[in-house]
Amino acid sequence: MDSVGSIIIYFILALALVVFSVMAVTTRKILRSATYLLFTLFATAGVYFMLDYEFLGTVQIAVYAGGIVVLFVFSILLTHQPGEDAPLLASRGRVMGLVAALAMLVAGLWCLVTRLGLAFTKLPAMSNPDMKLIGQTMMSTGDGGYLLPFEAISVLLLACIIGGIVVARKR
Amino acid sequence: MEITAIYYLIPSMIMFCCGVYGFLTRKNMIAMLVSLELMLNSVDINFAVFNRYLFPGQLEGMMFSLFAIAIAAAETAIAIAIIINIYRSVRNVDVTGLNQMKF
Repeated sequence: MDSVGSIIIYFILALALVVFSVMAVTTRKILRSATYLLFTLFATAGVYFMLDYEFLGTVQIAVYAGGIVVLFVFSILLTHQPGEDAPLLASRGRVMGLVAALAMLVAGLWCLVTRLGLAFTKLPAMSNPDMKLIGQTMMSTGDGGYLLPFEAISVLLLACIIGGIVVARKR
Repeated sequence: MEITAIYYLIPSMIMFCCGVYGFLTRKNMIAMLVSLELMLNSVDINFAVFNRYLFPGQLEGMMFSLFAIAIAAAETAIAIAIIINIYRSVRNVDVTGLNQMKF
């Protein structure tokens, strides 16, 4: 049995997730779409906080909400006239997209509710993974260690920096 | 009321389908990238939820979400560099006009 406060916060977060992600893909102004994406990312960080993953929520806010949305806004302001609407979609394309998304949603929900008994497990007790544990897991080479993906990510980020400069430089 | 795992999985499912809808219908490349971020984000939520509910005390799902966030950041940076480059060449960011790779 969860406390009333956590249930209220859960409903606020779930409503924010659903409403803002629907608005992010249906609004016609591109800058508003980026803003709704920002709200969705904040709600996701809230979900991580509710699940006791404080570090993951902080990374979500710092990287997604702080970094990626700023990149989006920069590129939108560089490539669009302010206040410009996206042109109306052809009705056929919109109907096809809606049918595909709704079919996927119905199939996914049906599978979740009827086939996945694991989905109704109750929240087990867990102490928050502290920074020391996360850092040691990320840097260890032993069983369940993540040193190799960590190094691969650092090489990937280096390649990303070089690629970004090469692709976007002036000729 | 007990908040079970499915209470998190259903909003994440809806979010993923919003991403699919936006990716299929939008013609603007930045809007398509926004939809892609929605899909990636819902998958991250699923990793964290399954880790928390089924394997508490282990860190696999959380680590996977962390690495996915890092990869998403790198991918977005490269995609935006490509979009700005395309904007320099053809002066808009619509995918309908882009039918050749080399200008």
